[in-house]
Formats: sequence, C-alpha cells, structure tokens
Amino acid sequence: MKPRQQRMLAVGLALAGLAIATALTLRAFQDNMMFFIDISDVVAGEYPEARNFRIGGLVVDDSIEREPDSLEIRFRVTDTRCELPVSYTGVLPDLFREGQGVVAIGRLDDSETFVADRILAKHDENYMAPEVAEMLAKHAEGKAAMAARGTAECNPT
Amino acid sequence: MWTWFHKLASPPHFYRLAKALSPWFLVPGLALIAYGTFTGLFIAPPDYQQGDAYRIIYVHVPSAYLSQMAYTVMAIAGGIGLIWRMKLSHAVAAAVAPLGAWFTFLSLATGSIWGRPMWGTWWEWGDPRMMSQLILLFLYLGYMALRASIDDTAKADKASAVLALVGVINLVIVRYSVEWWSSLHQGQTILAEGGPAIDAEMLYPLLANILGFALVFGSLLLRRVRTEVLYRERRTRWVREMILSPQGQT
Amino acid sequence: MEAIAMDKYGAYVWSCFALTFVVYAINEWRARARHRRIYRDIEVRVKALETRP
Repeated sequence: MKPRQQRMLAVGLALAGLAIATALTLRAFQDNMMFFIDISDVVAGEYPEARNFRIGGLVVDDSIEREPDSLEIRFRVTDTRCELPVSYTGVLPDLFREGQGVVAIGRLDDSETFVADRILAKHDENYMAPEVAEMLAKHAEGKAAMAARGTAECNPT
Repeated sequence: MWTWFHKLASPPHFYRLAKALSPWFLVPGLALIAYGTFTGLFIAPPDYQQGDAYRIIYVHVPSAYLSQMAYTVMAIAGGIGLIWRMKLSHAVAAAVAPLGAWFTFLSLATGSIWGRPMWGTWWEWGDPRMMSQLILLFLYLGYMALRASIDDTAKADKASAVLALVGVINLVIVRYSVEWWSSLHQGQTILAEGGPAIDAEMLYPLLANILGFALVFGSLLLRRVRTEVLYRERRTRWVREMILSPQGQT
Repeated sequence: MEAIAMDKYGAYVWSCFALTFVVYAINEWRARARHRRIYRDIEVRVKALETRP
C-alpha cells in the first residue's frame, strides 16, 4: 500500500467511526433535541412534571377568547389529533392568529389547562403574495384537506 | 489533464491567475446582488403572513447557504491536503475559514433580527437549528484558534484539517435539524419537496442574491488564497524574482 | 416612504441589509489590507537582502 492510500484509509476510517458515533449519540438524545412536545404526547401524560416545557401546535379556529379588561387570552392548540386548552397573559407575537402554528412555554395546571409564560409564533416554509394565498384558500382541495384533518381521532395511549 | 491540474496548483501560476479571475467573480456578483436586493426590497410582493418582514430572507438565506458552502470548501480542501499533500489546498482551507465565520455570524444575526418580530423571540436556547448553526460558528472560531496556536505551518495544516473533517457532522445536523426534530425554524423553502414553496416573483430575486453572494464570496476567497500563497511562499525564489522584477506584480 | 417603512418592520429589515453590507465591506477591506501588509513585509525583506554587499 502506498503512503497516500494509507492516509486515505486512515481518514476514511476516522470519518466512518465518527459518523457511527454521532448517529448513536443522536439516537440517544433524540427526545432531548425536540424543541417542543406534541399535543398528543401531553394529553397522553408524556411530559416533564417538575419543570416548564414547550408545546407546539396549531391554534384551533374560533377558539380564541379574550378576557375583558385584561391581557389574558384563552385558546386551544391542536396537533390535528388532540387538543389542549391554553391560557396566557401578555403580549402576543404579530403572527399569532387562528390556524397559525405556535409554541407555548409553561406548564399544566390542575384543570389540565396549559398556563403559558411565553407564546412564540411559528410560520411555515411557504412564501406567497396575499392575493395568491386568498386564491388558494378558496380552492376546494384546501378545504377538503382541512376537513380530513379535523376528522383524525385523538387516541392518547 | 493532470498536467493542467498541477500547473493550476503551482503557486506562481495560481498567484497570477487568481488576480486575473477575481474581478470576473466580483463584478457580476455585485450586479446580481444589486438586482436581487432592489427587486426583493421594492418589487416583490409582501408575504401573505409576514408582510414586509419576510424580505430579510434576501440576506438571511444567502448568508446561511454560504456559511455551509464555506465549511464544505474548508473540509474538502483540508481532506485533499491531508491525502494528496497538496500545498495549495491547505492555503485554501486557511483562507476560507474567516469568511465562513463571518457569513455564519451574519446568518445568526439576521435570523435573530427576523425572529424578534415574527416568532416573538431573538433567540431560543435548545432549538436544534439555532444551536447547530451556533456550533458551526464555534467550529470556525475553534479552527482559526487551532491554526493560530501552532507555529509550524505544516503541523497546523494537518491538525486543523482533521478538525474540519470531524466538524462535517455538524453540517449534516444543521441541514436536517428542522426535519429530524421539532424546531421553531420552518423547513426548507427552495429545496422543498415538490418544488420551491415560494412565488416566482419572490424566488427570482432570492436566487439572484444567492448566486450573487456566492460570486462575491468566490472573489474574496480567490484574493484571500492569493495572499495566503504569497505568505507561505515568502522565502521562495519566484516570490523574490517577482518582487524584484521591474514590472513587479502586486 | 411606504416602501421604507416596510409595514412596521422597517427597523428590522433595514438593519439586516445594513449589517450585511457592513460585513461585506469589512471582508473586502480586510482582504485588501492583509495582502498589502504581507506584500510590503516581503518586499522590505527581499530588497534589504538584495542591497546588502
């Protein structure tokens, strides 16, 4: 074997070993790398009890209720299967609206309501002009998809 | 083919060639950026969700792409240098690191400024996309620190190339962080499944800026490598002769 | 004027573009300054060696 081939082999083996080690580490830490917990998992009771955690989902249509004379707001968040009521007092990000993706940071109270300290808005990877979005919203397929999404069952196990 | 390659990689030849090539990258690059930035800011329609705030995409995405591209160049050049002992490739790796660090910083800063009005936060510790991109910045800084800490150039080249290759793992993590884990950051737009998830009027200035940034990056890199070659070859005869010749090239 | 206001996001949008330009300017300047400095250092050394008897 030529010295150059030996060096190639050494570099290749080192990289392969490293890739395997990283893959294993990532598998082990899979759950800790999640930025937020799905609603279904929260409903199923899979969340840390002793500390604040993050949930992520979509704000359910027509679920937003504002308390009069205060900044308190109540709404439900869904992962298209399960729903969770959320309450929050404070300033909301500009993108917060019904149907929008949100991340809430807080914990569950005794009545299974998620009391959020902070609300972050998520947006998707689609960019389009307002007119295009309007046109798409009118499109029948979009509505059918929304309807299908609503019928998925919440089966917390 | 190999003679052509060896000629290109010979320091005096590269030194002349880089100077001649650099403006051919810089001028079209700046022109594309001028077009992309103007169109992106003033002609492209606002976004249906984010309004005008989405226009930050025209600097955020090109800098994020370049932060990855620079690292790829650095790792490949380091690998070639390790295996084939090519002098020029180590010079490329040394020259690209600070550029990569600057573009990574820029992607983090513009992302943060974009996140404040849209997501409602400047920064979230624990978000996989943000953390892996921050690690990329630290990799660049660690790489430069490692180079600076070893006086012997040949040793510094080898050690830093190993570090660069190890860090390639992080490139993969940055790329797939938004798919493997839940993240505040949205998924791929241009490389989305089923074609770019962005209107054509918004896409063209973005592509222009991505290509423009890449060309400007190429021009800066050519000139930085040229300087690095000059420094590394400072005791050689061709450098002495070039400096003493009456029509001396700078 | 409306275009400069960018809805109410002008401060965010413009600061990103300004920052990008500044980072480019720094890199352009650093690349040129480093080349000039290294070239001059070598030039001084080469010429000093040359004129020595």
